[in-house]
Amino acid sequence: MSLPFLLFFAFALVAVLGAVLLILAKEPIHSALSLILVMVALAVLYLLLGAEFVAAVQIIVYAGAVMVLFVFVIMLLNAGVEERTNWSKIATWVGTPLAFFLLFELGHFLGRSKAGAAIGTGSGPGVSGAAFSTAELSKLLFTNYLFPFEATSILILIAILGAMILAKKEE
Amino acid sequence: MSVVPVSYYLILSAILFGLGVVAFVFKRNIITIFMAIELMLNAVNLAFVAFARAWNQLDGLVFVFFVIVVAAAEAAVGLAIVMTIVHNRQTLNVERVNLLKL
Repeated sequence: MSLPFLLFFAFALVAVLGAVLLILAKEPIHSALSLILVMVALAVLYLLLGAEFVAAVQIIVYAGAVMVLFVFVIMLLNAGVEERTNWSKIATWVGTPLAFFLLFELGHFLGRSKAGAAIGTGSGPGVSGAAFSTAELSKLLFTNYLFPFEATSILILIAILGAMILAKKEE
Repeated sequence: MSVVPVSYYLILSAILFGLGVVAFVFKRNIITIFMAIELMLNAVNLAFVAFARAWNQLDGLVFVFFVIVVAAAEAAVGLAIVMTIVHNRQTLNVERVNLLKL
């Protein structure tokens, strides 16, 4: 078994374990920490795929900024152990079969897909070489995707204003 | 370079997305539900990057970039809404936030 396979399975296991811990944790702060674990494991997988820029953004923006925001709100609201309530009957009798149906569907379609398509053998136009180059990515971002890029800056601005107005204490 | 088949990444992405759905449905704490949404967005990002590598196209990475930006904006507004809910109803439990329920 080669090194990429070993790395993939190790960090895939870490990611799945983190996601399971997120579900099993009783307190929101433990869920947040396991979500950070998932994000860091995914960043390593992005590096394995040669997407260096995305891996860096994943660590800086997701594991850094967004999760700090989550942890800060958990601290601010003093969120403790999740309180248990009664399950609704509809959730038990309709939700459980539907959940199993979704899992079956996913497994069915993944089983049908050919496992032979290897990564890194593509010869289409675009990037050649081992890793995606950040220079090429930025060129694409500032030419073909310039308008969506500028639109996201307005989106961020509106989000900041909205968050400030929502979180403001009314007089 | 990497010879891990793209289907492996897609299976991992599907597993993570499924776990995100489970967390979204089973959790009662509104902050944890937001984290489940972030988990699902991460799973979709992994599929984007895997496909970008499979076809050697950079456009997938640009989409991941936009998904991350929108997720950051969503987290900021969502957590502000959570703070407003807690301010008004003194609870983090989504089942106690039932003003629109019949």
